[in-house]
Amino acid sequence: MSPIGSSRRPKVEGRRLPRAAIEGLLLPLLGIGGGLAVWHAAVVWSSTRVFPSPLAVASGIGELARRGVLPGYIASSLLRVAVGYGLAALAGIPLGTVMGRYRSAGTALNPVVQLLRPISPLAWIPIAILTLGVGDGAAIFLIFLGAFFPIVFATMNGVIAVPAMYVQAGENFGLSAGALLWRVILPAALPQVLSGLRIALGIAWIVVVAAEMLAVDSGLGYLIIDARNAGKRYDLVVAGMVLIGTIGLALDRLMRRLERLRSVRWGFHNE
Amino acid sequence: MNRTARGDGGGGGGEVKLALRGVSMVFQGDAGRVPTLDAIDLEVRRGELVCILGPSGCGKSTLLNIVAGFIAPTSGEVRIDGEPVRGPDPRRIFVFQERGVFPWLTVEGNIGFGLGGLPGAERRARIDRYVELVGLRDFEHTYPHELSGGMKQRLEVARALAVEPDVLYLDEPFGALDSITRLTMRVELLRIWEAERKTILFVTHDIEESVQLADRVVVLSARPARITRIVEIDIPHPRDLSSPRYLELRDGIFEEIGVAHRI
Repeated sequence: MSPIGSSRRPKVEGRRLPRAAIEGLLLPLLGIGGGLAVWHAAVVWSSTRVFPSPLAVASGIGELARRGVLPGYIASSLLRVAVGYGLAALAGIPLGTVMGRYRSAGTALNPVVQLLRPISPLAWIPIAILTLGVGDGAAIFLIFLGAFFPIVFATMNGVIAVPAMYVQAGENFGLSAGALLWRVILPAALPQVLSGLRIALGIAWIVVVAAEMLAVDSGLGYLIIDARNAGKRYDLVVAGMVLIGTIGLALDRLMRRLERLRSVRWGFHNE
Repeated sequence: MNRTARGDGGGGGGEVKLALRGVSMVFQGDAGRVPTLDAIDLEVRRGELVCILGPSGCGKSTLLNIVAGFIAPTSGEVRIDGEPVRGPDPRRIFVFQERGVFPWLTVEGNIGFGLGGLPGAERRARIDRYVELVGLRDFEHTYPHELSGGMKQRLEVARALAVEPDVLYLDEPFGALDSITRLTMRVELLRIWEAERKTILFVTHDIEESVQLADRVVVLSARPARITRIVEIDIPHPRDLSSPRYLELRDGIFEEIGVAHRI
């Protein structure tokens, strides 16, 4: 994905095209290559029997692919995130909007949210399992908790930061309270809401792995714990980690794409 | 074709569009009461262009916000067509500095913002007309952050005009522009004013600007603002900025405000 993104930018910058294109493609490859080399060297020099080399991990990924479990595991993890994160957005954006728009609601709810926010979603595991049982419900609940608070906060701050001028202009054109919210306040807050959604998706992806180690028997988190339990296959453990990192990166890139949409781009660069 | 003074402009007569009666405003600040406006009485005729001129911080923006219905005065009242003002109204649009355009909408989206109630074809035609009027043809699908300051200002004026209001309130609309663009924008505003015949209340701290644009200049004192003088600008448009009458009127206001005009 990244070569497409970086090949677009130089059009604006004109004659810096070749250099920017080279830097955008070559330097990251150099970094990844260097990282793999250090990893390989560290495995060889320490003669560890536990930690696999990059090649062992690559063949581990190949083995998983041949077994045919990967698409199912990836889909399970993504589905849990989609549900938990989707619910968090559905609940968090309206709540953040109300807290930002109505001072009394903000003042009343802020202490509760502030108190719950620093609690790691993982601290909720005992309660989640007790109330929702071992299964998808608990996993989705944990993902929801991880994503919910960043979305509420970003939305609230975005709504508070909407310039009074936009609201006045909206009122001047005779908008009802609902239309004002929909046509002025939310579009004006959208760049900040999107930033919150992107951060929340990253957290959701972190939480799903932890949740799957405890509560379910599918998904990438389960893959890791299963590879260790069934025969100490650390090559497969690290293969799972690499997959998690790759998919997490892809999700983040996808969200950054959204931030480049023309109707929100104004909020992401300084004039 | 040729620009001349309006028949009812400047000179008296004409129907009263907007009337302020004893408008006073006292803000409650941390340091106590801040009297901002002191018993302002003013009548503006239909189709008149009136500049409200005063030093920075004198309360002239507050006055405009009261007239527009965004804030209620401590005492006194504002009537438009005989009706007391109780809040903002689409028949009277407030134009901020160019920062008031909506950055998430294109030029077209901004101009069409207040036209939700119109059927598609009519809306389309209206947008088209005002895109043309303010010279933003070929920029219909451009977003404001891709426009210059002057273009954004014209866009905001077009958005206001598109709902066909009878009154425009302009709050130092050209204050953030460079001096060349500011001059161009004044010419544009006069052109639009003569094409559309709106009543315009224009707040500025720029003496030259007020004498160039206005039928009458309302001079305010420092805070709490009172009207110290109302100056009729009896020069037909286009105005010659080096004519003796222009200089005389301008210098009179310079003296009224009590600033030296020699540097």
